[in-house]
Amino acid sequence: MLSQLASNVSAVSKDVSISVSDLSKTYRIYRREDVPSSAAEAVIKKVKESKQKKVLEHFDALHDVTFDVGWGEVVGIIGRNGAGKSTLLKIINRITAPTKGRIELGGRVGSLLEVGTGFHPELTGRENVYLNGTLLGMRRKEIKERFDAIVDFAGTEKFLDTQVKRYSTGMYIRLAFAVAAHLDSEILAVDEVLAVGDSDFQAKCLRKMREVARDGRTVLVVSHQLQTVSDLCTSALYLDSGHLVLHGTVEEAMEEYKRSFARSAPMLRTAAARPGSGELRFTTAAMAKDITNPGDDVVVEFAVGANPSFGNRFHISCFVNNEDGMLIAQCDSRLKDFWLDPATDNEGSVVMRTPWLKPGAYTVDLFIHAGGRRADIWEQACHFQVLPISPYAHPTTPDGTDRGVVFPDFDYTQR
Amino acid sequence: MANIVITPPGRFAFPKVAQLWEGREVLYRFGARDVTLRYRQTLLGVVWVVLQPLLMAVIFTLVFQKVAHLPSAGVPGLVFVFTGLLAWNLFNGIVTRASASLVSNRDLVSKVFFPRMLVPLATSYSTIVDFFVSLAFLFVLLIVYGINPGLGILLSPVWTAMVILLAAGAGLVASALMVRYRDIAYVVPFALQFLLYASPIAYSISAVPSRYRVIYDINPLTWLLQEFQWAFLHQPAPPIWQITLSIVVPIAVFVGGAVIFEQMERGFADVI
Repeated sequence: MLSQLASNVSAVSKDVSISVSDLSKTYRIYRREDVPSSAAEAVIKKVKESKQKKVLEHFDALHDVTFDVGWGEVVGIIGRNGAGKSTLLKIINRITAPTKGRIELGGRVGSLLEVGTGFHPELTGRENVYLNGTLLGMRRKEIKERFDAIVDFAGTEKFLDTQVKRYSTGMYIRLAFAVAAHLDSEILAVDEVLAVGDSDFQAKCLRKMREVARDGRTVLVVSHQLQTVSDLCTSALYLDSGHLVLHGTVEEAMEEYKRSFARSAPMLRTAAARPGSGELRFTTAAMAKDITNPGDDVVVEFAVGANPSFGNRFHISCFVNNEDGMLIAQCDSRLKDFWLDPATDNEGSVVMRTPWLKPGAYTVDLFIHAGGRRADIWEQACHFQVLPISPYAHPTTPDGTDRGVVFPDFDYTQR
Repeated sequence: MANIVITPPGRFAFPKVAQLWEGREVLYRFGARDVTLRYRQTLLGVVWVVLQPLLMAVIFTLVFQKVAHLPSAGVPGLVFVFTGLLAWNLFNGIVTRASASLVSNRDLVSKVFFPRMLVPLATSYSTIVDFFVSLAFLFVLLIVYGINPGLGILLSPVWTAMVILLAAGAGLVASALMVRYRDIAYVVPFALQFLLYASPIAYSISAVPSRYRVIYDINPLTWLLQEFQWAFLHQPAPPIWQITLSIVVPIAVFVGGAVIFEQMERGFADVI
């Protein structure tokens, strides 16, 4: 009787599948050098700490997040790195506990947090389907019933009794996704799975997720790939440093996401305030596209004001820096025998075709070199963002792309 | 609506038995995985299960019986030692495997939701399978040496269960601690080695000088070893206090271990 009453009170509405209220997650973090990794250190620390002030720092991964999601919705969760997207999914999946707040779920949550978690390389495909399915919360009977559908979806029939350590990455991922996709949970939480798999398989996965939503179930998708979100989702949450900024249509959330990059761009500084000898100055500089894909041309458009009294021709230089402040490309116009005449106003652009840039934020520095001096030094003249999409035709796991500063345009051949 | 409610963990968390029962399938799959994996790509396969304890028993018999001339309660040395090792290997295997289990399954702990307690508990599965193989071999030895265990054998399932509970309780605590402090990885083998020599496995308790006897008497493994000898080797029953404690203590250790584990579990995904 009492419990019935309680559940009536808590039910916001029959149409709501996920109700999150005032959710916060605070991590207590030690400064790097202070992490006790052995019991002895921990004991020594405890003794010291009783005298000294605490070295603990608090980090709010999520801060008072409140939202409701209805049945049949596919909700995209977007935001920059560290915005709390994955933390939110982890809490909904009960992998980690919230610090504050309450979540009510209308059913089982199936998670696809990382494809293939729980796959064991020494086990065969068949054994792994059973192991992984069980881990995701399927009963033996359910797996048996769906076994053929799973294998069919993955397209790995021939290799069922092969140990998965002999699988190609693609096969491995397809099989792992297939297991999770056939989980009959009322709510499906997906984190970055579509970053892998070839395009056919990706399309298959998208179809599967839409199917799930059509059945009236709820899908939560965390993705850095805006394309996926806009293709798949019916609504979106935009998170920024742990705060829920916006819960609305996909377009609104994407707009907000893109604006967050614009906001971080510093004010254009006036020419007079910039360093440089000043005989010649840039009047404007802008990216042709603020947000690009890896492999796209990087185009910087600029204009330089005239100075007829300055006799010699001059040249331009352009640096591209990544988020870590590393200078990754220098485009000096002398190398292309490109010179400008100071007698008139000049407008031009520089097109950088390679290297392909890795996902992240970049800044562009522009320089005017005139008469052996730097006439204008305009650091961070432009900003742009490269979206997290792989420029390569074939997918891999992240370890295949996470090294190196840029994406090379390369080929392998066999002699 | 509101099938599942997620709230911050309270001050005291008791293990959720219903959730564990839900996850029994995971327990079985993990166990089956360990058993399958252990002997895949080995030449002798399952023969190792018998060979390992047998070789160990032979060595212990040589050292403790033939060299040190310690008593074996009138039972042929090899059979006596093998019985002791049967109980010891069960305890040792469960504690060793369970304690390292969470750290070596870090991916699962930080990425999938299921009662985490199932990870250390499932590791005992393969040890228990080994136990039964060795047990069958013990019966072969009993027949070969013409030893009649007597009615005491009827209680042997109880003593087996108690060794399992005692070991599982200790293993749960060790595994939870190892998530936070990796030193446990060094402490556990050392502690087990100490216990191996401080328990009457390869010699009869009667060989222990009376001034050291108290150290043996407070060791639950001593009690259980004597009960194994009672069950399989037709030895006299231990005193009643010892029998009572050998049931109460393992159950208490297991429940206590589970409660401690549950307290620490909330932080696993954030720390591991």
